[in-house]
Amino acid sequence: MDVLYFAWVRERIGIPREAVETKATTVMDLVDELRGREERYAAAFADITALRVAVDQQLTEFDAPLDGVREVAFFPPMTGG
Amino acid sequence: MRVVVQDTPFDFGAEAAGFAEGRAVSGAVVTFTGIVRDVDGGLQAMEIEHYPGMTEAALTEIADQAVTRWSLEDALVIHRHGRLDVGEMIMMVATAARHRKDAFEAAEFLMDYLKSRAPFWKREITKDGAEWVAARDEDEDALTRW
Repeated sequence: MDVLYFAWVRERIGIPREAVETKATTVMDLVDELRGREERYAAAFADITALRVAVDQQLTEFDAPLDGVREVAFFPPMTGG
Repeated sequence: MRVVVQDTPFDFGAEAAGFAEGRAVSGAVVTFTGIVRDVDGGLQAMEIEHYPGMTEAALTEIADQAVTRWSLEDALVIHRHGRLDVGEMIMMVATAARHRKDAFEAAEFLMDYLKSRAPFWKREITKDGAEWVAARDEDEDALTRW
């Protein structure tokens, strides 16, 4: 699946998107997998209460399932308007 | 209903006039515009990042909700992204309803929701560097009244 990062999450991880091969069944599993990769991921995902997640471009929660999902995006709380 | 996401400026006067023109059913049109403000005198520019695809979908969903809930004849949302100078217009909403209360309330609803449910992230550029704007608790709390 494609994993996208926005705003300071993108800056901390250093890339805007990447293709990830994973067997993670929920968003939280995916976060744990990414955290284990490298320090920059661990830093970006240190406090998930500071993050929001969208699955296939719909806002959701971290316990959301990933079955059949094509795109997951992580970002800070939004500041539109 | 129209939702526009663009990196170029929009003509507020022309958009507002075009939206209000020819309304036979609606007795009330409300518009709101957000402008890049410089509170401390140190802001050089605002940069707005967004999530192409999800942004348009989220704005459309929010506008759809407003149209249904307040029986609007029409709604318009324009939101910019990219680099904006101080004084430039960031976004506008317009609502058309039979009565002004519905038009005002729907416009406020649109504003409250697109502040914290549309995937935009603002970054302030000052002479000291760039800083992401933190979401405010008040903006999240504002959603509870709807």
